[in-house]
Amino acid sequence: MANTMTLIASYTASGTVSSVTLSSIPSTYTDIIIEYSGRTNGGTTGNDLLISLNGSTSNFTHRRLQGSGSTVASYNGSTGNAGIDNGTTSSANTFSNTSIYIPNYAGSNYKSISSDSVTENNGAEAYAFLGAVLWSNTAAITSVTLTPYAGSILQYSTIYLYGVKNA
Amino acid sequence: MAAGSTYTPIATYTATGSVSTVTFSSIPQTYTDLVLIGAAKDSNNYTGMRVNNSSAANYSRTYMTWNGTSAGSARTTSDTTLYVGGNDTNFEVSIYNFQNYSNTTTYKTILGTQKIANATSIAAVGLWRSTAAITEIDIYSVSGATILTGTTFTLYGIASA
Repeated sequence: MANTMTLIASYTASGTVSSVTLSSIPSTYTDIIIEYSGRTNGGTTGNDLLISLNGSTSNFTHRRLQGSGSTVASYNGSTGNAGIDNGTTSSANTFSNTSIYIPNYAGSNYKSISSDSVTENNGAEAYAFLGAVLWSNTAAITSVTLTPYAGSILQYSTIYLYGVKNA
Repeated sequence: MAAGSTYTPIATYTATGSVSTVTFSSIPQTYTDLVLIGAAKDSNNYTGMRVNNSSAANYSRTYMTWNGTSAGSARTTSDTTLYVGGNDTNFEVSIYNFQNYSNTTTYKTILGTQKIANATSIAAVGLWRSTAAITEIDIYSVSGATILTGTTFTLYGIASA
């Protein structure tokens, strides 16, 4: 039985870091999946999580559905908002979960990205996030960077990058 | 999604031209769940899904939509298709989960998302009111339009043991 979902790289923050980059992604897979668990020292209860590809923050657009525990709304922007992190005022020890799926990442089409992200806070406000990101660039993806909108990624945050083969 | 040797490709399809339907048939009954991953474009902006080639009005769905400025939720009942989405400009990322697809005692509930950053995205739960095991999945273009070249779909099987 084929092993079609393979760990390519991982990172665990041993201290505070401004961003995390996983580079030298081989082009031998069909799709890639990024699983992130994180907390930041920016924002308040929530802090946007931005994806950049191949070192570029240009040519991104996104549309997302976001619930806060009291309201739900849709937002858009010309940034790579791929999730939401726990922020400064989140309950201690709470970490967000984000799953990002990028099909055909090594192809020559623009890259469509699916993301699901959640925080929980045992408080008045936490977030559920469903997002679509488009990177209008035909280059094969060779590196992925996750950066919080404000502040830095905190210790014990983790990121795992998997490759998926369709054969 | 869990990593491991049980995430196995059953079949994959890449459209090299415009097609009306993508069919995954003879799906083996040896897995616990199915996952269908798509990156799809459609000339009509609408794609539907049926299982076991059934067009009977036994489908229903409840879904949320968002387009960057507004959000909504709606539902359909006694429909003839499971999901409707699609986009003609960029590839829409579709992820469908068919849990316990091979059992012959319960109706089949399907969890799915169809996401695109330049149009409307959907997160939905679908129901097929049949106790039959799922042996075929059809993705088709609605209203006689076409699924466009470059579209890819891959069906994976997940075994619990």
